[in-house]
Amino acid sequence: MKGRVISPGKAEGRALVSKEPIGFYGGVDMKTGIVIEKGHPLEGKSVKDKILVFPCGKGSTVGSYVIYGLKKNGVAPLGIINKETETIVATGAILAGIPCIDGIDIEKIPDGAYVIMDADNGIVEIKEEP
Amino acid sequence: MYLTKEEEKMLDGEYGEVVERMFRLLVRLGDIYGAEKMIPIGSAQIAGVSYKSIGDPGLEFLEDMASKGAKVKVLSFLNPAGMDLEQWKNLGFPEDFAEKQLRIIEAFRKMGIVITSTCTPYLAGNLPRYREHIAWSESSAVSFANSVIGARTNREGGPSALAAAICGRTPDYGLHRFENRQPNVKVKVEAKLSRISDYGALGYVIGKEIKNKIPYFVGIKNASVDQLKSLGAAMAASGAVALYHIEGITPEADLVEKDGIEEISIEERDIKKVYEDLDCGEDPDIVIFGCPHASIREIMDLANLLSNRKLKKPLWICTSRSVKELSDRIGLTEIIERAGGHVVSDTCMVVSPIEKMGYSTTGVNSGKAANYLPGFCKQKVVFASMEELVERIT
Repeated sequence: MKGRVISPGKAEGRALVSKEPIGFYGGVDMKTGIVIEKGHPLEGKSVKDKILVFPCGKGSTVGSYVIYGLKKNGVAPLGIINKETETIVATGAILAGIPCIDGIDIEKIPDGAYVIMDADNGIVEIKEEP
Repeated sequence: MYLTKEEEKMLDGEYGEVVERMFRLLVRLGDIYGAEKMIPIGSAQIAGVSYKSIGDPGLEFLEDMASKGAKVKVLSFLNPAGMDLEQWKNLGFPEDFAEKQLRIIEAFRKMGIVITSTCTPYLAGNLPRYREHIAWSESSAVSFANSVIGARTNREGGPSALAAAICGRTPDYGLHRFENRQPNVKVKVEAKLSRISDYGALGYVIGKEIKNKIPYFVGIKNASVDQLKSLGAAMAASGAVALYHIEGITPEADLVEKDGIEEISIEERDIKKVYEDLDCGEDPDIVIFGCPHASIREIMDLANLLSNRKLKKPLWICTSRSVKELSDRIGLTEIIERAGGHVVSDTCMVVSPIEKMGYSTTGVNSGKAANYLPGFCKQKVVFASMEELVERIT
């Protein structure tokens, strides 16, 4: 699949897929990388070392700083794939240096699939089904 | 996007990691919003200063940037902090909060940013000119700069304004382009507006109604800088209005195309209804003026009202440090303090932790503050004019 480069780099790993938007500020714990938003489909799961797949960001603009903090604390996702990256996630991913691609039909990525991201060229490849 | 040779170098990391990251951010934001090039900016106004708003994530990010040697290229001012940076102890701000807040300020200082902490940079030494491109991120300051001065800025977020300050550039899209500064709703004002709070009420009701549209007002005969500041602030808070035009008053009003757009009208009763809706009916525990930060004229008005009176409840008027200096010099601060009030600088009621300082009902004359206090500070609100609020607590 080909999308748009938001933040360059290369990453590969298991996909953690959310059908719901993610609000990072108040939604993901910056120290542990665990999703803490009550009732969120990913609640209790860790984003650490995953290819995090979700439609778009939501909520406070401080979310950009949380993404940066996740990276600094060593609990960030390896890469981010969105349907449409809005400015909160774009800002966070670029500041943190996390590869990020948008414009991808995320329905086609099953949770747990092994995904290869070439975010220098905007390419997402599913190497192995879950 | 077209980049100059210099900009290519920034993106290739020739000016270090911080510039590369920050410039990459601007390029991507430009891509997302369809910019074709970068434009140089004259100044920046950086939001995301209060520890209450940005918390530990923001603090850590800013300290990290500062330690990597980030430096701003253009005149950059700061938004209000979460407390008065000098007399926080006297005013009862919590110690642990103060410690983190001061670390945030120190990080900004290291980056070469002017430690002003005000939402009215244009009253404190950062005044753009007509048609100057700037990257400002405080919504009321954005509205004032775009509308009253005719400078050009989008509503930046904290990180994008910081990135613009560090790179001296911003992507050319949105309100930087004249074609996007055209009004799309005409507002006929058929109410008499006299007090600053009347303009706050007008802004509050219009912002709710038109969201992020660009209004063209007719029927406002005259308005002071303070009244316009109040109007713009309220519209930016209850809606997302970043630019407005007023026939006969604002500089671009004669230049824009205003025929054939949707029309709405505002009558006396619409303004009255805002006062009714925003009055919780209880007595305020504290009255706070200066949202946006008070001008020296507003402080004069308050001092006149308070002269030889005693307040029964705390009263703050928030302003920038430089305007407070004027107020100190000409004896206004003393008059206000003698009555039992405070001239507070560097902060405001919206970004300070007043809910943790024992207050639950706040009296304000600002449509913006009335809009934010219930959510950000868990306050019940009494919205009224400065005169009425002073009456209620003396």
